[in-house]
Amino acid sequence: MAKAPASPRALPAGPVARERELVTPEGVDLKIKLAEASERAAAFLLDAAIIVGGMTALTILIFILMIGTKGRGAEPIAVVWLLGGFVARNLYFILFELTPRAATPGKRMLGLRVAARGGGRLTADAIFGRNAMRELEVFLPLSFLVANGRDVDAILSLLGVIWCAIFVFFPLFNRDRLRVGDVVAGTWVVKAPRPRLLRDMAIRQEPDAERFAFSTAQLDAYGVKELHVLEDVLRRYDPVMLAAVAGRIRTKIGWAPNPTEGDGDFLDAYYRALRGRLEGRLLFGRRRRDKHDVG
Amino acid sequence: MAELRLKSSRFRAEREADWFRLEAMLARVEKRSASALTDDELIAMPVLYRSALSSLSVARATSLDQNLIDYLEGLSTRAYFFVYGTRTTVLQRVGRFFARDWPEAAQACWRETLICWALMLIGVATAYVLVQQNPAWFNAFVPGGLAQGRGPEASAAALRATLFDKGHGHWLSAFAAFLFSHNAQVALFAFALGFAFGIPSALLEIMNGCGLGAFLAIFISHGLGVDAGGWLLIHGVTELTATVLAGAAGMRIGWSLAFPGERTRLDAAAAEGRKAATLMAGVLVMLLCAGMLEGIGRQMIQVTWIRYTIAAATGVIWTVYLYAPRRRPSVMEAARG
Repeated sequence: MAKAPASPRALPAGPVARERELVTPEGVDLKIKLAEASERAAAFLLDAAIIVGGMTALTILIFILMIGTKGRGAEPIAVVWLLGGFVARNLYFILFELTPRAATPGKRMLGLRVAARGGGRLTADAIFGRNAMRELEVFLPLSFLVANGRDVDAILSLLGVIWCAIFVFFPLFNRDRLRVGDVVAGTWVVKAPRPRLLRDMAIRQEPDAERFAFSTAQLDAYGVKELHVLEDVLRRYDPVMLAAVAGRIRTKIGWAPNPTEGDGDFLDAYYRALRGRLEGRLLFGRRRRDKHDVG
Repeated sequence: MAELRLKSSRFRAEREADWFRLEAMLARVEKRSASALTDDELIAMPVLYRSALSSLSVARATSLDQNLIDYLEGLSTRAYFFVYGTRTTVLQRVGRFFARDWPEAAQACWRETLICWALMLIGVATAYVLVQQNPAWFNAFVPGGLAQGRGPEASAAALRATLFDKGHGHWLSAFAAFLFSHNAQVALFAFALGFAFGIPSALLEIMNGCGLGAFLAIFISHGLGVDAGGWLLIHGVTELTATVLAGAAGMRIGWSLAFPGERTRLDAAAAEGRKAATLMAGVLVMLLCAGMLEGIGRQMIQVTWIRYTIAAATGVIWTVYLYAPRRRPSVMEAARG
């Protein structure tokens, strides 16, 4: 048997590390991807900004009304900040995550959503649980930092900071990037990208492209991985990149360039031919991973 | 006209229309809810979802178009979350919570609730006895800010005035709001700290009881026991029950983490956490009621026996609502989840 060295190039480390199996009842693995800690922090900061912004706007509105009623608006402002701060930050997360998209505006902007671990139903109590825990994870540290100071001695502050840090950095210390609220509620946050279906690159645009005829040996120079790179290059269609890539491929397969052929046309034709060849072999059960994969 | 030479291109061209139809329906559903679909579309949705899934399997096996596979994965995942997700509206969920989920969660945590009541009563008794023997203990149990001049050195008349204080005038709603957000935060901590194996929750219950016991000791020693009881219980029945339930919810999580039984620790925490969270949502509703009773009701009602009547009424209402046995839901209702 041939040795199969774990080539680092064959296994892209980044994205696959957060990929999880989610087998539907129909038996298809959806291969969902978990959100990175950085994305979740960014989503939270966006949400926090929206809440604070909304409350500030409400205060200004009441201020304006207060001028109209000659100073009788002081009480509403107190209520807004006392009750609003608490209700807003809790209801905001809970109500938005109860909607069909299961995501707050911040998460939506980053293309994330909350899901039940293991693919079950995302129930209301789970959403409530994961958000009630936020009090402990975010607002305890915050109030600790603000209220802290004169009457507490250094050792106690240090212990407090350590205690808070455990919760704040909890997601970084587990594989699934769960925060404490996720652990307790049985949820996780997954990527919910909405990719658009783009043009099929194998459909020919100009009917006169028949002048490119590649031999089997020329098509066997590359595998699936290179095909996908080529797909990216063609979708971007950046002239400089096209020229560079076309040059590399011509050298590799020993293609004598016709002076009238454009780099884009050449790559387009080669992509089509290569995909035809690889898909043909795929139908016979042979997936050629990349150009090093010979067998 | 472009020519479809590859099998995978023909495959895609034949099914594209269905995918786009599914995508358009999902976009509408996600913007509003399932009610955005007509009956025909609602019936078509699972069919389209399954055909998208089968397209995905075929595409993974036969097509090398990366964008196509990404697209189908995204589309299938979105459809999966809709088809197998909850399809109730926010309003229906809230209704179900009050009708069934909250009382059920409270009943499920009965053991923890009893423990928390016991812990609190131990706190009350301890503080009461200690302060009776030596009033200096009072300051150890009650932080200065909360005491508001109701300390051991205050005279009986001054204490009496605090019980029948019309006080905060027209700022009643602000006062009620302050009380609610303060108590709610304490309750949320009692719940969230349950994560540390329930120990901080238990301590919070005892501390809560100690404060109460210290107050009672001061008032009773000045012969104001009955009036103080009315002053406390008008909102206290609701508020104390709420704090006890919050502690019970926290303990439930701590217990499942410490003793997960046959489940894994993570699964146990998730299952119990959801139950406890339902209870916590109820606790917040109770605290809102307590805040209004305390901030508004107590300042408006200055007669002790009416205060006791309200206290007794709230006690009966909560007990009946939370613990009265009720009809089992039918299988159909339970399946709707």
